[in-house]
Amino acid sequence: MPNPAPAAVETRPAATDNLVEVEDVHYSVGGRPIFSGLTLSIPRGRITAIMGPSGTGKTTLLRLMTGQIKPDRGRILFDGLDVAALSLRDLYDLRRRMGMLFQNGALLTDMDVFENVAFPLREHTKLPEPLIRNIVLTKLQAVGLRGAARLMPAELSGGMARRVALARSMATDPDMLIYDEPFTGLDPISMGMIVRLVRQMNYALGITSLVVSHDVEELAILADMSYILSGGKVAASGTFAELKDHDSELVNQFINGLADGPVPFHYPARDYYQQLLEDSV
Amino acid sequence: MSLLQEIFENLRNFVATIGAVALFFARTVTQLPRALARPGLIVDQIHNAGALSLVIIMTCGLFVGGVLGLQGYDLLQRFGSEDALGTAAALALIKELGPVVTALLFAGRAGTALASEIGLMRATDQLSAMEMMAVDPIRRVVVPRFIGGLIALPLLTIIFIAIGIFGVQVVGVQLLGVDSASFWSQMRAAVEVSDVMEGIIKGCVFGFACSLVAVYEGYTAVPTAEGVGRATTRTVVISAVLVLIFNYMLTAVML
Repeated sequence: MPNPAPAAVETRPAATDNLVEVEDVHYSVGGRPIFSGLTLSIPRGRITAIMGPSGTGKTTLLRLMTGQIKPDRGRILFDGLDVAALSLRDLYDLRRRMGMLFQNGALLTDMDVFENVAFPLREHTKLPEPLIRNIVLTKLQAVGLRGAARLMPAELSGGMARRVALARSMATDPDMLIYDEPFTGLDPISMGMIVRLVRQMNYALGITSLVVSHDVEELAILADMSYILSGGKVAASGTFAELKDHDSELVNQFINGLADGPVPFHYPARDYYQQLLEDSV
Repeated sequence: MSLLQEIFENLRNFVATIGAVALFFARTVTQLPRALARPGLIVDQIHNAGALSLVIIMTCGLFVGGVLGLQGYDLLQRFGSEDALGTAAALALIKELGPVVTALLFAGRAGTALASEIGLMRATDQLSAMEMMAVDPIRRVVVPRFIGGLIALPLLTIIFIAIGIFGVQVVGVQLLGVDSASFWSQMRAAVEVSDVMEGIIKGCVFGFACSLVAVYEGYTAVPTAEGVGRATTRTVVISAVLVLIFNYMLTAVML
């Protein structure tokens, strides 16, 4: 008999305020500016998408939000706390309120699925073993992988690994789940499963979700609010319908997947014909 | 870039690396108490670094002992003192060959395994995932492996010496006909506790150096296939050089 799917409660929590505020953030690497005055906010209890062409600093923004790197200027507030100003201990306390799904799952390869999901519980709590077992099985049931509890990460498909990682990031019941490119390299079925899970986590548990991706179609279904980054700033923001009607050429190119536009097809180069007549590349 | 500039640049990089290693070690030390509270993780790493190196250590110990038996016998019989083979071989194994060869083998087997494992954890975001789960990778990954190596190497050194002496005995007594009673009695009379301590101290120092190099190189590896490969190579090379340098310094101090 197939396992019953967890019921999604279709009562969306009211977005009363913002969980994360990014205020005038400047950040550069080796003199190359990544962000120059980035300002955006992540509403509590909603699904927010961060989109943008490759190299616009989407993953860098996640690293700034989670305190892995510090901005050169500006502030990032998580529930009112300035992330960059926190001590390491306070930062770790803050991270217990965040869950992050990495692009490849980032499962610990020397542990099986069960132990991976139990990992944060064992590290942060002194819960008795039967309770840990029940919590882990509950989380695995939510992602449909209770039956795979004793498989090793090497035995999982890409989609399964990401679902296990999702179960692991939910294990400590965080306030916010961050998804870094959750759809990359997945087949349509696995992609559909991840989309469904992101919605369920958000609707059923009221978790604030931040999805960083450039899969426009999936985000159109999923996100309540989207930001498109370009040139170190927010190029456009709003619901997907609003972005679709946006008058910016870049937003139009990105949303419709056009090969040429403000982001050129050709990398800047010398004159084509002149180069063909010369010897060197 | 002029030669002087290049020398200055290399010197600056060297000092910066020493500083980075010192900071890394300081972080490791600060996490020691919490890591020691979970001895199970350390026991696992003693198994990984020690028990899994046993076959290679024992095999090499046997053959190094065998060669020592052959060469020692050849040399000593020229002076008519082949009965001293046990003493000469035991002292050579306990004071020099045991600690040094074991450390070089350890760097090649366990050191590379440690560096590549931690480097791959970095490359596959496992360390970042731990940080995001508010788990310090230094405490959870680095310290148990460092302590595991630190404990495993002296133990492997003792096993190498014991098997080496057995190898000398097989070649010298069983094959070449050195008198068994002289072999063992001269060895017992000549080898002192201080000699054994010298070997064990060297094993501990080499264990410290090899383990620290391996975990540092793995932890700071560039998170690419090439970066992990380079970290693994550097682990072997740096460990081997450090072992030989420290061996000279320790010998000079303890003689």
